[in-house]
Amino acid sequence: MSRKMKDAVAYTAIYFAASYSVLLLVGILVYVFSKGFPVLSLPFFTTVSSVVKGTVGIAGNIINTVYIVTLTLVAAVPAGVGAAIWLNEYAPPGRWVKLIEFATETLAGIPSIVFGLFGMVFFGTTLGFGYSILTGALTLSLMILPLITRNTQAALRAVPDSYRNGALGMGATRWHMIRTVLLPSAMPGIATGILLAVGRIVGESAALLFTAGSGYLLPESGSDFFHKVMESGGTLTIQMYLSMARAEYDVAFGIAAVLLSMVLAFNFLLKVLIRGRFIKE
Amino acid sequence: MDISFQQAAYSRSQGRRSLSLTEKRNRTQRIETMAESIFTLCAFLAVFAVGAITLYMVANGVPVIYRLGVREILFSSAWKPVAADPSYGILYVILTSVTGTVLAVALGVPVALLTAVFLAEIAPRPLAALVRPAVELLAGIPSVVYGLLGMLVLNPLMYRLEQVVFHGSRTHQFTGGANLLSAVLVLVVMILPTVISVSETALRAVPDQLRVSSMALGASRIQTIFQVVLPAARPGITTAVVLGVGRAVGEAMAINLVSGGSVNVPLPFSSVRFLTTAIVSEMGYAEGVHRQVLFTIGLVLFGFIMLVNILLHKIMRGEDG
Repeated sequence: MSRKMKDAVAYTAIYFAASYSVLLLVGILVYVFSKGFPVLSLPFFTTVSSVVKGTVGIAGNIINTVYIVTLTLVAAVPAGVGAAIWLNEYAPPGRWVKLIEFATETLAGIPSIVFGLFGMVFFGTTLGFGYSILTGALTLSLMILPLITRNTQAALRAVPDSYRNGALGMGATRWHMIRTVLLPSAMPGIATGILLAVGRIVGESAALLFTAGSGYLLPESGSDFFHKVMESGGTLTIQMYLSMARAEYDVAFGIAAVLLSMVLAFNFLLKVLIRGRFIKE
Repeated sequence: MDISFQQAAYSRSQGRRSLSLTEKRNRTQRIETMAESIFTLCAFLAVFAVGAITLYMVANGVPVIYRLGVREILFSSAWKPVAADPSYGILYVILTSVTGTVLAVALGVPVALLTAVFLAEIAPRPLAALVRPAVELLAGIPSVVYGLLGMLVLNPLMYRLEQVVFHGSRTHQFTGGANLLSAVLVLVVMILPTVISVSETALRAVPDQLRVSSMALGASRIQTIFQVVLPAARPGITTAVVLGVGRAVGEAMAINLVSGGSVNVPLPFSSVRFLTTAIVSEMGYAEGVHRQVLFTIGLVLFGFIMLVNILLHKIMRGEDG
């Protein structure tokens, strides 16, 4: 085969490969939206599935998702940001930093089903939280910890040293410098990490199946926050999985359309955030 | 210096007037110390978490191996956990995960590499601006959505293929399309974004001098890419492949309803059960020994992942040195 022929074959293969991802995405979006949007209606968002009332709805799952996202972030964001601050600003380079960074990498590589098993026995059984939103959120907070830590670290690294020296030189203590100078400058990076984490939580299912369980009812009127948190609660993805397994494909496609819309929105926000950061710099 | 200054301040503080100043200084000092210890604790949380997960997986997965024996579990293929005379061999489950992962990586990596080459080396800007967001979005789609599509789109297609391939066969058990091959195809899609973005970064890190020199010697662009740039980016590409392996081994929800779910020899058109899908589909009702063996399956999975992690760590360290 002549060189020109070989080149032509290679180019064709490369273009085919590249168009594969695009066509796949377009196919998925068109298919899911065309099957899912007809299912969506106001009652679908505001009611809970009930045989007695004859309603099919995901209101309970939306609320569970909001609870789990919020609780997970409340647990993981301070811890992840704190870890990044220590690694970047306090720690002497060496053994400990290497160990922590290896642990963070490892944590990022553990599959969600293993997190699910661990969460079930540790938070569910050992700590006694059972199948509950709290167990699910704590499990997920371990899972997203690396995302927050790494993004915050990258953001802190991007803050020029002159900021630190300037603040310290004016007599600021280290924590004061971090609080008033570093964190505000690193905010867009931290926000990126949080947004990625929210996307991950919303799409997660394997780690929640055996921790947060599959409850889908709305909180009883008058019941307080803590009561709800200790109850089982399935997120949108869990409900979608259960609907699939029960061959209720309409509901599954409805939820899939909602999930994909959220994924699109997150990606758009992320783009805005990152672009904003570049302009600022 | 700080301390001696403080001591000086303290000795001065015997006088009443400067007491408040010292108090303030002590307070700042306390807050500083507290902040640092809290951050230290946060940093070590990841280490504690990995330690605790390892401990719990071992503590829950190992005892049953001792009780039933290694051969009964790891090297036996009979999986009848709820039979009157139960047996708990997970050999086929392990083999399925290994085969599925190898196949998914073998099919997915070439496509991913070519896409990365496209993005890093030859795409004109507007086309790259179309393909890159598409890849990012593919990464963001929840695995259950892939599962739904695999079940309703891929499985029927696979069933048709199955009918053609096994036309007139009496021995083949028809799966309705829910088989190893379907699961592998879903896994291919799931590892694409990871492998593409990591290898693209690796390709971009190759210095331009290499490309320029190669072209100056008369090589075509394609020859340069395949004979100069790709070999130069090998460590980064290896990282990408290993990450892809990790992703494929650990995926559960996307393939659970696509792969059939019977414990079988991993043949392309057989209904199969992976390590991950065994846990997902049986943990809900498993009790006693059955449940413990599911934890052993989790431990095997965890072992595979730790292997992948250590491999990654080694590659990255090799890159630095």
